[in-house]
Amino acid sequence: MIPLHRMGRALRLSALLALPALLGGCNLVVLSPSGEVARRQSDLVMISTALMLIIIVPVMALTIFFAWRYRAANKEAAYEPEWSHSTGLELVIWAAPLIIIICLGALTWAATHLLDPFRPLARGAVERTVAEAERPLEVNVVALDWKWLFILPEYGIATVNDLAAPVGREIRFRISASSVMNSFYIPALAGQIYAMPGMETKLHAVIDQPGDYRGLSANYSGAGFSGMRFRFRGLSAEDFQGWVSEVRGSAQALDRPGYLALERPSENVPARHFSRVDADLFDAIVNMCVEPGKMCMHDMMSIDAQGGLGVAGIGNVQRLAYDRGAGRGRALFPERTVVSSICTLPGPSAERPWREPVNPAPLAGAGLLRPLSSRLLPLAASRPPAIPES
Amino acid sequence: MSAPSAVVSPIFGRLSLDALPLHEPILVTTFAAVALGGVALLALLTWFRLWGYLWKEWFTSVDHKKIGIMYMVLGLVMLLRGFADAIMMRLQQALAFNGSEGYLNAHHYDQIFTAHGVIMIFFVAMPLVTGIMNYVVPLQIGARDVSFPFLNNFSFWMTTAGAVLVMMSLFVGEFARTGWLAYPPLSGLAYSPDVGVDYYIWALQIAGVGTTLSGINLIVTIVKLRAPGMTMMRMPVFTWTSLCTNVLIVASFPVLTAVLTLLSLDRYVGTNFFTNDFGGNPMMYVNLIWIWGHPEVYILILPLFGVFSEVTSTFSGKRLFGYTSMVYATVVITILSYLVWLHHFFTMGSGASVNSFFGITTMVISIPTGAKLFNWLFTMYRGRIRFELPMMWTVAFMLTFVVGGMTGVLLAVPPADFVLHNSLFLIAHFHNVIIGGVLFGLFAAINYWFPKAFGFKLDVFWGKVSFWCWVVGFWMAFMPLYILGLMGVTRRMRVFDDPSLQIWFVVAGVGAVVIAIGIAAMLIQFVVSFMRREALRDVDGDPWNGRTLEWSTSSPPPEYNFAFTPIIHDLDAWHDMKRRGHERPVAGFRPIHMPKNTGTGVVLSAISLVCGFALVWHIWWLAALSFLAILVTAITHTFNYNRDFHIPAATVAATESERAPALVAAE
Amino acid sequence: MMTNAMATQASPVRFYDTEEHDHPEGGSTMLGFWIYLMSDCLIFAILFACFAVLGGNYAAGPSPADLFELPLVALNTAMLLFSSITYGFAMLSMQAGRPGATRAWLAVTAVFGLAFLSIELYEFAHLIHIGATPQRSAFLSAFFTLVGTHGLHVTFGLIWIVTLIVQVGRRGLIPANQRRLMCLSLFWHFLDVIWIGVFTFVYLMGVLR
Repeated sequence: MIPLHRMGRALRLSALLALPALLGGCNLVVLSPSGEVARRQSDLVMISTALMLIIIVPVMALTIFFAWRYRAANKEAAYEPEWSHSTGLELVIWAAPLIIIICLGALTWAATHLLDPFRPLARGAVERTVAEAERPLEVNVVALDWKWLFILPEYGIATVNDLAAPVGREIRFRISASSVMNSFYIPALAGQIYAMPGMETKLHAVIDQPGDYRGLSANYSGAGFSGMRFRFRGLSAEDFQGWVSEVRGSAQALDRPGYLALERPSENVPARHFSRVDADLFDAIVNMCVEPGKMCMHDMMSIDAQGGLGVAGIGNVQRLAYDRGAGRGRALFPERTVVSSICTLPGPSAERPWREPVNPAPLAGAGLLRPLSSRLLPLAASRPPAIPES
Repeated sequence: MSAPSAVVSPIFGRLSLDALPLHEPILVTTFAAVALGGVALLALLTWFRLWGYLWKEWFTSVDHKKIGIMYMVLGLVMLLRGFADAIMMRLQQALAFNGSEGYLNAHHYDQIFTAHGVIMIFFVAMPLVTGIMNYVVPLQIGARDVSFPFLNNFSFWMTTAGAVLVMMSLFVGEFARTGWLAYPPLSGLAYSPDVGVDYYIWALQIAGVGTTLSGINLIVTIVKLRAPGMTMMRMPVFTWTSLCTNVLIVASFPVLTAVLTLLSLDRYVGTNFFTNDFGGNPMMYVNLIWIWGHPEVYILILPLFGVFSEVTSTFSGKRLFGYTSMVYATVVITILSYLVWLHHFFTMGSGASVNSFFGITTMVISIPTGAKLFNWLFTMYRGRIRFELPMMWTVAFMLTFVVGGMTGVLLAVPPADFVLHNSLFLIAHFHNVIIGGVLFGLFAAINYWFPKAFGFKLDVFWGKVSFWCWVVGFWMAFMPLYILGLMGVTRRMRVFDDPSLQIWFVVAGVGAVVIAIGIAAMLIQFVVSFMRREALRDVDGDPWNGRTLEWSTSSPPPEYNFAFTPIIHDLDAWHDMKRRGHERPVAGFRPIHMPKNTGTGVVLSAISLVCGFALVWHIWWLAALSFLAILVTAITHTFNYNRDFHIPAATVAATESERAPALVAAE
Repeated sequence: MMTNAMATQASPVRFYDTEEHDHPEGGSTMLGFWIYLMSDCLIFAILFACFAVLGGNYAAGPSPADLFELPLVALNTAMLLFSSITYGFAMLSMQAGRPGATRAWLAVTAVFGLAFLSIELYEFAHLIHIGATPQRSAFLSAFFTLVGTHGLHVTFGLIWIVTLIVQVGRRGLIPANQRRLMCLSLFWHFLDVIWIGVFTFVYLMGVLR
């Protein structure tokens, strides 16, 4: 992969050199990002483009050449009105794109597995060596109506529309949403991934250069969508500690009622800091049971896996105290209900700390065969596993 | 919207005076203009006493040629609406910088980009493509009409009813604010409680009935009504691509119907298919809608591939290179188009294996597409290329489309898609293939077949003005979007915070204005050509030295198309007839069996429109009543067994003697 | 364009069919209707797929085993199967050219179809009465929609049967009516096939799950 990698870098450089006049003033962040994952993705963009240009450029040149050479006015050119078949030519016609696609396909297969956002970055994944003792920075992300909530469980803090990470330390995002689908995207850091209610997606990334970057929602989610931007900073270890203490200095704390107030629709929200956050809040958000008395998704799923609650369970519903949709317009059916919880279970995160074993294989090709469960609908797989049967 | 009135009147449902957008000056002005224009048009029609003519000769016509032309008119009218939306978006995005909110609020802007997508795909591209197929396919296969002429008329009017419903949403209530595919949960009742999504659902459902039926109709026509001697491998390429397109329509539109039905059940009944609670699964909607949505892309482009084949071969004065591989490429694309839908949402987090499977199948489609491109290239090779307007559009297509194809393959690489998905790069890509492929192809087709339909060619000067404006405007409008996409700018944004982006949006806006001039030039081209029709007259029915059967009859063709059904001996049937000296029979005409006109299609679609409107506004009594009326009308129609007649031999002889001198003189 | 030399050289080739007869009216109808049925089949395929995905999401409510009464469904299935047989008899009578018998068998088919619908409506009413409504869980949404769509098709089939009974009565077994009877035959047997899928995948496998 390394030669290709180098090639990509060279290509990117040459592409940038070729268009200085046109693009001198603008920041093509997708092609010159500051995070290792995004950089590999941009390499892939460049390599694929180069591969395809092998066929595109001749086709365009031939089109222009044939159009000019065989124009009706040019009586010099050969004219063979009945010529319509040539087996050799047909072979070339089909084989040329086929070969390119075989190369591109192989590249795609390898790169898709290597750059799978669900895959933790392992040692050797990035060019610098991550200190072994240094654990990845965990960030839980929630797309709210129309702002981003970040929870840093390691530090017990939370922020709105403001995020920082130490340079060179792996970041593990767990991403969900409160109401509708969004897409979590920091162009300088790594590619995007959808944030979906009741589900959890993951993203692994690392920021290589200190700096001030922008993050946004890349998937339209309603009226306040344009203002769903946040600031993402790459900081040195000390600066990051400083940022953490700054957040800790906030007077506000985020508990469940606070979250329910926060998730109500609001637009162009300035950054907010919370010095403390409920430990099980994110799991409750993913399981859609922040509202008191509402059954959590993982409980519901394990009940369903055992055949449901029978006819007796039919009536186990309750009216929603606050209807999320009401903020979006008039409510037609005012009575929206949800399934009630049947008993109080201890917070899930207390029993099952989320920790994925680090894959020790370097991200340079050997780890290619890591089996991944194939799934068209990541619903079941991306939810936290149901509580073990007792 | 404010005014949360949960009160539902038993008579008017949700409909009240609040639904009229009197507080939106842009809409009020638009409404005034549309109303004035509409009243003027109606007055003119009345003044010239055209109502009876239109009703008898056009609205109730079951003639595939007239229906084809009506589809084209519908598509062009809706193009103006869809393009107005585009201009408004470009203007908003060029203005909304440095703290400015632009001139559109979110409520309005979000409707505009949704309406733009819906209208351009369903009510511009689809009618135009269907119209061309309707007009040309029966002529190309030597048939007198389609298999089910009444269904054809009905299909057209259902598509129109869908378009009318979308247009009504402009002035009564609002349109969806969800993006053109209306992903839940955003499009669910909880987050889009107003009528917008309901307009969307019922407009698409009503139009979808028409599209599906028209697909069935054309498949059967191509399979059953080919002239004697025309085996499958002697069918013109355009007919082949039309066949594949209609197979795609029949095999994909039911999916759309089903998934929209499920969404409407969620909204109307309160079921939990795509909701967040009670075990619903919004991602299922995304999967299902793209199982329709990706074939839809090929529904749009395949017939135009056929057009380019016909045009390249005709204007190069040469047989099409690699007919067989062209046909196989088309069939392969048809099949593969069902295996790629997931590439529209790699970022949803399916596993790497799933993502790369769909990425690679997507790339594989580019192989037959590439083969097609080479085939056109080698058709030009050693030809005598006449650069008439259709050929100009074709060359422009070849140069534009490869770029769109390349960026498309790029987006099919999942890790690259993670950085480009939902960005303006994606927007530039699909406009690159839809404008550069579908629209350029449609303009080639319009310029190519216009003389056949109306008996005179289109004016070349204004055609060239339109051509250059479109080509230049297209590159100006969309190259900046590619660049913006690489700058990490995503789609559907209403305001921006980074001032360095503005210049690119301004350039794109200027490009859109250039395209607007191109559209205006096209309209002028129609008018000028009509004024100069005597000078542009196509006397012999074969203005381009054509190769396929439609050029063997007069321009415009008589209602029965062919007095005698041609017998086919070669792929380029008409070229073969000319080459080997066919002799047009001038006597011995027989009565020709033709279908009768009927108004049932208009009536059914009008009632469907009422039914759709009633459902949108929850006017239950009207919905029930109109549904009942649809049933009764349809059943009554089946009691009419007297649906056809014979054109007497004498009439055929008279018509033929009138057009024979011109046709014979040409030989 | 052409040269006379070539024209005389070639063996006489016929380029026009001067002896043409009318196409038999409605010669393409069966093909067209068959394709329509396939498109309808696709709608059912989607509904089956939804049931496959959502069928296990009971939302902590009742499961198929709690709700379905197999004897009732078996009776229901029998009604629809009988109606298919009687429709077959109607077609045999049509082929024998006996309009009266055709109409009688159609009427019998309609009665069986009506019985099927009534039992299905009874089942729905019962489920809704105990609170197992389509709104209660995704499983019930998918169930009601799949079975309800089939029931809706049967309803339209019934309307069609009644229409044809009237039309055969008025005009006899003219070719147009024969064609319609054949289309309806395809439609009715198609609904039978779909129901066998519903019975197997929704009811049997649901209860056995």
